[in-house]
Order: sequence, then structure tokens, then C-alpha cells
Amino acid sequence: MKVKVIVTLKKSVLDPQGTVIKQALNGMGYNNVKDVRQGKFFEINIDEKDQKSAEEKTEEMCKKLLTNLVIEDYKIIETQ
Amino acid sequence: MNSSVITFPGSNCDRDMDVALKKFGFKNNMVWHNDVELPKSDLVVLPGGFSYGDYLRCGSMASKSKIMQSVINFANSGGLLMGICNGFQILTETELLPGVLLRNKKAEFICKNVFVKINNNENNYFKNIKKKTLELHIAHNEGNYFCSNEQMNEIETNNQIALFYCDENGETNESSNPNGASKNIAGIFNKKKNILGMMPHPERMIDKSLSGDDGSIFFNNLLNNFK
Repeated sequence: MKVKVIVTLKKSVLDPQGTVIKQALNGMGYNNVKDVRQGKFFEINIDEKDQKSAEEKTEEMCKKLLTNLVIEDYKIIETQ
Repeated sequence: MNSSVITFPGSNCDRDMDVALKKFGFKNNMVWHNDVELPKSDLVVLPGGFSYGDYLRCGSMASKSKIMQSVINFANSGGLLMGICNGFQILTETELLPGVLLRNKKAEFICKNVFVKINNNENNYFKNIKKKTLELHIAHNEGNYFCSNEQMNEIETNNQIALFYCDENGETNESSNPNGASKNIAGIFNKKKNILGMMPHPERMIDKSLSGDDGSIFFNNLLNNFK
């Protein structure tokens, strides 16, 4: 199965990269861009037949390696 | 005294640390990340660099290296474990130290000398250092210390802040904060104070003619505290 996960910085955490990207977009003329937050996207191909167990394994991987829960949140957005 | 420096793929301060430890009298072993057992050690050092190319998050991949289980066991049994720069990031990723090192506030790599104020002398790392501030070197992109409010309360209650960024006179303020770190934190301990993580590099300040000598104070003191 293929599991898609996005990882985002928690709202309370400063995102200097997002700020720089926002400034660049403003500089390019996109003056209505007020805020940018940068995140990560993972597409995990896992040898599981069952959706539930694929998602459970992915959650485990998110907690153990893919995210640092002090600063990031994860969300499984699609499993197919 | 026996020390071990762990080399990860992408470590680049491991040799500097080896030179520094030997200069001040440690018998040092270099240990490869894929090894399973640590040699007999009184001190283990996770050096600076860019382990695993800083992929995913700085220190995250190294924290899962084979050798790390032995390192964690060593620290949990009270051994002295020190992480410098990338080593500090690895220590937070293993959760041996609380918090995380974020991208520098101004989104730029910083490479310069800074002053740090010693906040806690009641430990093997800083006990008997008379100087209040040390001039050390920093070189990092992710040194902006951050933790949750609960973690900060715990850190402060247990006196776990080791070093603050400060100016030449020991003043801790926004202008002496190079990277946006919470409360100017440059280094922290675990609760038991046997684990130290710090962004500055003492191993780069061991030669008066090349850089400075405040790293020598640190290493000399560290060795003496073992005796």
C-alpha cells in the first residue's frame, strides 16, 4: 500500500524558512501573501495488504523517526 | 582517563575532538557508528558535523545508529556523555536531552566566536572553572534551542541550563543571542548532569596562536575533575 503523510511545524514554532519564502514571494509581486509555513511530504510504499495495519505502522514510524513531536505534527492524508 | 569519540557518516569535528582530548591527557578511542559496543570509557563524545547530511532533521538519523544503544546505556548508567553542535542535536533526537535545535532565527549559517556564561558549576563539566564567561566558537545552521513550556519549567526547576550566550561582560540579552535560542541557551544538561549538550565548540579553542585558549580551560578542568 502507499501511505501519504504530511509533516508540519506546530503553530507555536518559528519557521524561518517559511518567513524567507514569504518575503521572496512578496518581492516577486505576490503582495497578498501574508504567511508561509513550510512542511514535509512522505510517500511510503509499504508491503501491507490491510489499510488499517499500513496506517498503524506508518503512525509508529512517524512517532519514532519521521517527526519530532516537540515541534512537528503529522497527518496521514491518503492510503491506497 | 579513557574517552571515546563516535564518528558518524558526515561527522567533521571528530578528529578535532580526538586531538583536543589527547592534548589534555585523555586516552581516546575513535568509534565507528556501525559498531555495537563501546570501548571502556569514562567519557563519550558525540562530535560536531553534519551526520547523514542533516537529512530529515539534524541528528535524527544518527540517533538511530547501531552504536547509539550502547551510548544510551552508558549514559543511563551515569557515564559522562557530551554532545557538541551536531552531537547536541543527536542528544535531543535520542531524547536524552529535552527540546530541539531549530533553524537559526535569521535563517543563515553562523560561524563566529561567541561568549558563553557558565550557569551551573555543580557538575563534572564546569566544576572548578573560575572564569565566569568563556570565549568559544560556533558554526551552525540549526542552533536555535527550543522546547515546550512544560519542558522549560522542568529544565529551570532542575537547574539544567549549562551555558547562556552572553556578551564579553557576561550580559545575557537579545543582542548577545546569535541564533534566537530560547532564553539565550547555548547548552543544557540532563537532570543528573552527566549528559551535556552544547552548540559551541571547545575543541576549536585549544591553541592560543590559532584561535583562543578558553577551550583549554574546559578540557583541563574536565580531566582534573576525573582525578
